Amino acid sequence: MSVSVSANESSSSRDERPTAPTSPRKPSRRWRVVDIVVASVIGVACGVVFWAWGLAWTPLDSALSFLPGLSGLLAGGWLFAGVLGGLVIRKPGAAIYTEVMAAVVSMLIGTQWGFSTLIWGVLQGLGAELVLAAFLYSTWRLHVALLAGAGAGVVVALLDTSFSSIAATAVEYKVVYGVSAVVSGVLLAGLLSWLAARGLARTGALSRFASGRSAEARV
Amino acid sequence: MSLLAAVETDRLVGRLNPVAKLLAALVVSLVLLLSIDAVSAGVALVLELLLLPWAGLSARQLLRRTAPLWIAAPTSVLVTALYGRDEGPVLLQLWWISVTDGSLALALAIGLRILAVGVPGIVLLATTDPTDLADGLAQVLRLPARFVLGGLAGLRLAGLFADDWRQLALARRARGVADGRGPVAAARRFGGQAFSLLVLSVRRGSKLATAMEAKGFGSDATRTWARPSRFAARDAALVAVGVLIAAAAVAAAVVAGTWEFVLA
Amino acid sequence: MTTASGARVDARGWGWRHAGRLRPAVSELDLVVEPGERVLLLGASGAGKSTLLAGLAGVLGGDEEGDATGELLVDGRPPADQRGRVGLVLQDPDSQVVLARVGDDVAFGCENVGVPRDETWRRVDEALDAVGLDLPRSWPTAQLSGGQKQRLALAGALAMRPGLVLLDEPTANLDPEGVVEVRDAVGRVVEASGATLVVVEHRVSVWLPVVDRVVVLAAGGGVLADGRPDEVLGRERERLTEAGVWVPGAAPAAPVRHRASSAGPLLQAEQLAVGRRGTRGPAVATGVDLVVDDARAVVLTGPNGAGKSTLALTLAGLLAPAGGSLRAADLLADGAGPSPSRWRSRQLLSRVGTVFQDPEHQFLTATVRRELAVGPEALGESPAEVGSRVDELLARLRLDHLAGANPFTLSGGEKRRLSVATVLASRPRLLVLDEPTFGQDARTWRELVALLAALVDEGRSMVAVTHDAEFVAALADDVVALDRAPAREAAS
Repeated sequence: MSVSVSANESSSSRDERPTAPTSPRKPSRRWRVVDIVVASVIGVACGVVFWAWGLAWTPLDSALSFLPGLSGLLAGGWLFAGVLGGLVIRKPGAAIYTEVMAAVVSMLIGTQWGFSTLIWGVLQGLGAELVLAAFLYSTWRLHVALLAGAGAGVVVALLDTSFSSIAATAVEYKVVYGVSAVVSGVLLAGLLSWLAARGLARTGALSRFASGRSAEARV
Repeated sequence: MSLLAAVETDRLVGRLNPVAKLLAALVVSLVLLLSIDAVSAGVALVLELLLLPWAGLSARQLLRRTAPLWIAAPTSVLVTALYGRDEGPVLLQLWWISVTDGSLALALAIGLRILAVGVPGIVLLATTDPTDLADGLAQVLRLPARFVLGGLAGLRLAGLFADDWRQLALARRARGVADGRGPVAAARRFGGQAFSLLVLSVRRGSKLATAMEAKGFGSDATRTWARPSRFAARDAALVAVGVLIAAAAVAAAVVAGTWEFVLA
Repeated sequence: MTTASGARVDARGWGWRHAGRLRPAVSELDLVVEPGERVLLLGASGAGKSTLLAGLAGVLGGDEEGDATGELLVDGRPPADQRGRVGLVLQDPDSQVVLARVGDDVAFGCENVGVPRDETWRRVDEALDAVGLDLPRSWPTAQLSGGQKQRLALAGALAMRPGLVLLDEPTANLDPEGVVEVRDAVGRVVEASGATLVVVEHRVSVWLPVVDRVVVLAAGGGVLADGRPDEVLGRERERLTEAGVWVPGAAPAAPVRHRASSAGPLLQAEQLAVGRRGTRGPAVATGVDLVVDDARAVVLTGPNGAGKSTLALTLAGLLAPAGGSLRAADLLADGAGPSPSRWRSRQLLSRVGTVFQDPEHQFLTATVRRELAVGPEALGESPAEVGSRVDELLARLRLDHLAGANPFTLSGGEKRRLSVATVLASRPRLLVLDEPTFGQDARTWRELVALLAALVDEGRSMVAVTHDAEFVAALADDVVALDRAPAREAAS
């Protein structure tokens, strides 16, 4: 298989992993089956976390309700699927696809927001996707991840302050919400996803992906 | 996961094409989200509740599945009443918290809308099998088969998550790191377990992708479908019902003068 | 079943190097397999067996994933152009199930190669019949056992009517019943269809009745030996045993024992009932009476589903008993109270060490060294003490050269050794192991058995769940056999 070490293969092959690729490989834009399945798996895993986050949202929101806009800080909890998917798969559309999968799963399990979860998911994914596209899908460093998180945060801020229950609050609260959402996007969606992607690469789980091969971890 | 499992039913709703159910629920949700007012949400909700007997779910199943709504609606009502946009006579004032006629009206609207948007989605999807939905998306809506089936395969792997999660929790107890009360310790444990679950799932996903490719998946050759997904007249009728509910809600709100387009 | 003509395999100087690696996985391979032959492929780990099978199935990936040299042809054409001509079954039963219903999963391959609908369902029924899975099409795949899932994977491959059937360690993760089921199904199928068969497996005696040729790959590249099974196994016996193959007729050497005297019972179970959710949920095994003594090894055996793993986890204090009583003697409890499931995690750590069936469930950190340090650090040992314990274990389990590696990147045998090492780091009195020899080749098996024997001789106790008869013979002082009925027996 293309997995780097299958069961019972010796470890000596690991010592020879070079720190830089030995021949430059032109990355293909086309999605392979493994790209689709792993993006779905990441999406589904994130979707379960989204659902759990949605349950925790109600008490947390009440706790933060002394200043209504602050619940924007929780928004990042629904944004990291897209950024993580984009960082791992590194192909056009990965961020949208993963975020949509996560939204669908959390919706299927059952959230209070019903179908709007799906609509929000599409647009949130788009927010991250646009940032990754702006970097031409060729840079994947920390600042790109943070900006992608911010992009998704901006989208959710606009959506929530226009359409959701926050729209029914006064303008000051909307501004607080917007800022908190973007901050949350940068930290929870950008930073956390980047760390998770890097951790994943180090475990060798991403050996079939470009994101896995560029992580060093020499023995 | 038991909540993801479709409810088996012999009734009509089980024979409807999942794509029709999806479109009907989507139409209603999209339209209702365009305005926050009690009339549109209320009319839609009443019409939906009238159709509930045909949903194919017992009362108990219904309550269980819509449980998130019954928690969310009252909370949102409360928050909106306290912090909503203020209009009209003030009923209560405490520091920056003010309850006015306007904010109460908004609160009611929000509560009704949560229910009106949530119910069709949950109820219709409760009787939908994911494989049938995937067949419908690929055959009726002509979405690319690679993505639909790849997504379905990933979804199926989620079924193993619960067992894995339990094993991971037991392993942490065995390794001596499961003590520690308090939110910080709990968050760290959760994060660590979630990451382990992610690693295991990605590895399994890679292996599954190889197995699928070995069965010929992912090539450009034309694919046949063993389970036909047909969009019949009754499916079109369901979508029409969804459109009608949405239209009725909008019409009622416009007539009552409460329609407020959110982006205006 | 309609015959599918066997496919011919040609490898001429074929090699493959995975992207991101310096050394090729396979190099300079020249091999010809005639249509209808049944080949058993052996070799040391790292010799490229899995890579060869993946190449034959056309799933190695294109230029993005590696470089190919030479030629690898099935029926004279590249494998990637002939999806459906080659069927591949892999090792992990859970990672090969694509769809949620049995019939749909088998039909998947047919759909992909463009078989018309009616013909597809005909083939599905035939394939299920051929592998002996007597289940309705709507049966949920999540409820299948490991052996059933492997047979399902085989049926899915067969429905495409392949000319070449490839099996990559298909029975490694199965219990003895499942192994025989799969082997028999494969035998029936290739007999009836005349397809070419290539099997990679280190359990040679299981496959001898089915194969007519043995090919051994050399670790550096090329073919080491090639010929009739009895010839090759006779000539290369030593080299194969060294490489970890279970050569038939060579009984594994039992370790030399120097037994310590027992200081008394550690754990006593009376009419114990155990369930997967502890006190909530149904009990999977009831009426268990057993005693675990100091410096003695108890082995739990029984068929699938009898509750062995659940019992082991309950004895280890990870699950609460569903009924009956489980008491820890003071020798084990050391002041923590008589119920292991009530102990705090840290108390459990220094008293009972548990090794799970899948080592990956236990990995917590990013390097082997830190992994070993988790236990001692949780116990509050000084950094110097932690360091010395870690070094000692690295040396004892031959993991020194891997100290900085990520645990997930280790090979199967190394992961198993690491999980045992992490448990030893906190010096528990009782070790509980769930299927420690699952899927291991002969060399790792020998090392593990020797290590466990030494540990018991040093004065630790052990409870092991296993299907492995040789393991029982080598290590068990007591055997507790769980049936589906509550009756069991203890034998020395």
